[in-house]
Parts: sequence; structure tokens; C-alpha cells
Amino acid sequence: MTVLTVPMAEAGPASLTRRTRVLRRLRRNPLAVVSFVVLALAAVVALLSPWIAPYSVEQTDFGHTFSPPGTPGHVLGTDDLGRDVLSRIMLGARASLEVGLLAVATSLIIGVPLGLAAGYFRAWDAVISRFTDLLLAFPFLIMAVGLAAIRGASLGNAAVAIGIAQIPGVIRVVRSDTLRLKSLDFVAAAVVDGASDLWVLARHILPNATSVILVQATVAIPAAILGEAVLSFLGLGIQPPAPSLGTMLATAQQFAARAPWAAIFPGVVIMILALAFNVFGDALRDALDPKGDR
Amino acid sequence: MIRYLLRRAWQSALTLLLSTVVVFLGVRALPGDPALALAGEDRSPEALEAIRHHYGLDQPLPLQFAQYVERAVQGDFGVSIRTGTPVSSMLTTALPVTAELSVLAILIAAVLGVGAGVLAAVRRGHPAEWLANGLALVGLSVPHFWLGLLAILYLSVATGLFPASGFVPLLQDPVDNLHHIVLPAVILGTGLAAIIMRQTRSAMLDSLSSDYVRTAKAKGLRPRAVITRHALRNSLIVVVTIVGLQLGGLISGAVVTEQIFGLPGFGKMTIDAVFQRDYPVIQAVVLLTATAYIVINFFVDLLYSVIDPRIRVTGDPA
Repeated sequence: MTVLTVPMAEAGPASLTRRTRVLRRLRRNPLAVVSFVVLALAAVVALLSPWIAPYSVEQTDFGHTFSPPGTPGHVLGTDDLGRDVLSRIMLGARASLEVGLLAVATSLIIGVPLGLAAGYFRAWDAVISRFTDLLLAFPFLIMAVGLAAIRGASLGNAAVAIGIAQIPGVIRVVRSDTLRLKSLDFVAAAVVDGASDLWVLARHILPNATSVILVQATVAIPAAILGEAVLSFLGLGIQPPAPSLGTMLATAQQFAARAPWAAIFPGVVIMILALAFNVFGDALRDALDPKGDR
Repeated sequence: MIRYLLRRAWQSALTLLLSTVVVFLGVRALPGDPALALAGEDRSPEALEAIRHHYGLDQPLPLQFAQYVERAVQGDFGVSIRTGTPVSSMLTTALPVTAELSVLAILIAAVLGVGAGVLAAVRRGHPAEWLANGLALVGLSVPHFWLGLLAILYLSVATGLFPASGFVPLLQDPVDNLHHIVLPAVILGTGLAAIIMRQTRSAMLDSLSSDYVRTAKAKGLRPRAVITRHALRNSLIVVVTIVGLQLGGLISGAVVTEQIFGLPGFGKMTIDAVFQRDYPVIQAVVLLTATAYIVINFFVDLLYSVIDPRIRVTGDPA
């Protein structure tokens, strides 16, 4: 009775051992550990930043503009208005992560159901493909330009523009995983057993597709963080005086020759955040890959 | 082949129609009276009435759409609210700049990306692989506009090796033109290179472990010949696809790069238009980008089916 044993292997208690196997592989990969620690630290700092930042982000000090890094009281120096660069970076990183999570949540909420439907129902596939093509025709920056024209520039609109632009990627991976899972015996067994389409999708296909969704999310978050930086830099995202790594770079650009540190640190932080997500995403993909057992 | 071509053409046409509808409705969703937005300074009732009549805003919506498409096909995108010049003539001066920047960036990205990808796949376990992989990860994670800022700061302002901003048309002085555009093109190209590198590497790893490469090795071909003539050739399909898929990213990247380096292209025009609430320009920009994306990807798909005959049969470039 292979039909009965296969579902156990895919969704039953065996998946617990699969989870421990994946976790063990992650723990043994130094890159995964380092990137995870960086992300955990960043998350803690971002969460607590309103309380642990040394200065208020909007507190100006015209007596101490352009203090270089290492100035007592201002580890990373001050900007053109005498505001503490470290405090602004902490809150800027918080905004970056916020946009990253918001954008990816947007893309998953819309993309996952559409990907499942496209992979499962033959008739929906063509319609959803046209929808994907349509979305792809509007690059995220152009989408953001349009949204900013209609609704004004803001953190929320930037996140929505980035999230919408990421929907096609989510649909693609979920669709192809659904196609793969649909052809497996345990799904056929459920269908023979009289399970409804919705039940099969929710109880059998979606739980097994979580690993590809997870990997997709880990690579989408850094892309969204970079996207937010670009939009805010151009003035289409978070609006000053609210701190954002992108707007900090836009201001710093005007004074870059005089105060290069204000142009360097925010960029380094964006890079570290994105790099940590990308490295962890790679490690996660490798750990989830069944071929990795070799 | 003909059937595949026709089906792709039909799909592209449908997508084009849908995106035009989206842009058309988006313009109608703009805050306030579109006639008011189009009027600019002169807001007398007569002027507004004339604009409503000229743009058919007093007509039913489907008819308005038909007229909108008719005008767009003729290249009539209205007149810039700010400068009063026709949007079409703004585009004819801006587009060549962006086209040159993008083509150069794609060339740089293809050379760097394919080179590093092949190297990483062939030299498995060598320091070269680590270096190439590491650089690609950094390339994926670094904000490229920030690299541009640093490049201006350290390569232009500090040393004067490159001009910090500005542009000279290609036909006016090709050497000076390259001098102005090479740094922005490198900055824009490195982002794409990272993506191409990773895809080339995994495609190369797949084909290097395939039967036909093993056969080629077994019949005594030199390693170099195996790599270039067999494995790499198949991997090139990947590059073509990536360029098609990443076109949106490239357009977005070009907008930022132009803004930083002060290149008078499509991107700078777009950003200026947003801040000046120059709706006719924004509308033309959005519509043109979508059209360019759809048309170029249609040709990428055709090219793809020429390189890989299997696609013509199954019709599924996945």
C-alpha cells in the first residue's frame, strides 16, 4: 500500500525529523549561523531602537553639525543638522525592516493563493499568467512612481509598490511547487478519498509548499530593503524628517565631500542587512534541498 | 514554430491592452480633476472646457479610452505641464541616453556575470569559486545607488578621473560621451552581473554534470572545448532569459543611476515629473515602460525558442 505510506513521509511525523534535519544542517553551516546572529541582532536593535537610541532622531544641534565619527557622545558622528548618525541609523534600519516585512507580506497574501490556484486548476492558469505578465510590465520603481502620483509618497505606499512588484515571483514558485505536489501519490489518494479541492490545497499542498515560500520570502526581504532605500533616496518613500537609510543617503549626497561618513554608514548598514538575508536564504535553500543529503 | 509565435504574439498583445487599460484608469484615479491637472497655469473655465474637449474628457469612458489609445499610437502623449513642450519630443531627447546606458550596462553585466559564473562552476572548491560567489552575494546585497555615490565621491570629486555628472551626446563627441557614461554603466551593470553570475553558475553546474558533457569528455575533447562548446553554450540560454526577466530591474536601476549621475535620460525625466506633478509625462513614462517591457520580452522569447528548439514544441519556457 504505497498510497498510504507516501502521505506519512510527506506530511506525517516524518516531517518533524525533516525539520530537525534541516535545522541541524543550518547549525552546521557557519555562514548560516553568522547571518542568523546578525539578523537576530538587527531585529532586536530595530525593535528596541526608540528606547535604546542614544538621541532623539529629530533632535538637532546646530553647534555640532558634521562632527566626525568618534566624537564623544556621537560614535558615528553627526549630520548637517547636528543629528546623531547612529540614532538615525538605528531607526532607519527599523523602517527598512518594516518595509521589508510589509512588502513581503503583501506579496505572499496575494501571490500564494494565486500560485496555488494557477498550479492546481488548469482553467485558472492562463488567466493568472496574464495577470502575472501584466504585473511584470510595471517595474517596481515605475509602480512606485504611479502610486506616488496617485496617493502621495509614504512608507506604506513604498511597501505596497515593492510588494506588488514581488507578486509574480511568489506566484511562479508556488505554482511550480503546486504542480509538482499535485502529481504525487498522496494528493491523488486524498482526491480518491473524496477530499474537496479546497481541503487538498489547504491541508496537503500548502503545508508542503511552505519551504519554497520560506526561501522565496528570505530572498524577497533583502530586495524589498534595497527597494525601500532606492525609493526613499529618490523621495518616493519615507518622507523626511522621519529617518530612513535611503533619505539619509539622499541628504548626505549633498554634503558628501564634507562629511563622507554620513554617506558611508547608512549604505554599509543597508548592505549588511541585505547580505545577511541573502546569505541566510542561500543556506536555507541548501539545507532544504533533499539532494543535500549526498 | 508558427503556432508558438502566434500564441506568444496574442498573449503579448493582450497584456499590452490590459496595461494600457491600467494606465488609463490610473490617470482617472489621480486626485482632482484631470483637466485641472492638465491645465497648469491657465485655469479659466474656458481653458478647462477646451482641455476637456481636446482630451475628450466630456465623452463616455470607453470612447475616451479608444481616443486615448489612438493618440498614444500616434505618439501624442500631450504636453508637459511644466515646460509646455510636447512629451513626445522630451522622450526623443531622453530615450537615447537611457538606451545607451542600458545597453552598455547589459554588455558589462554579461561579460562579468558569465565570466565569473563559469569560473565559479569550473573551479569548484578553489579560492576563485569563493571569491566569485562572495562577490555575487555582495553584488546582490549592495545598494547600487550608494556605490554610485561612493564612486562619485572617490573617483570623480577626489581624483577627477571621471566627470561627476552631466552628459555629452554620442554623436557630438563619442570619446567624451563614453567618459561620461562609463562609470554609471559599470555601476548599473554590476547589479545585473551578480544575478547573471549566480544563474550562469548553477546552469553550468547542471550541464557539467550532464550526460552529454560526460560523453564529450569521454571522447577526448580538451576541457576548454568541453566548457566553451558544450556546457557554456547551453548556459547562454540562461543569460538571455535573465536579461528579459530583469528588464524591469534594469529600468528601475537606470532611473536611480541617471538621478545620481545627473544623466538627462528617461529616469531623470520621470523623477522630475513626479515632483512637479507633471501628469502627462508620468503617464507617458509608465505606458512606455510597460510597452517596452512587453515588446522586448516578446522578442526575448522568440530568441529563446530559436536557441532552444525544445521550447517550440512544449511551448513552456520554464
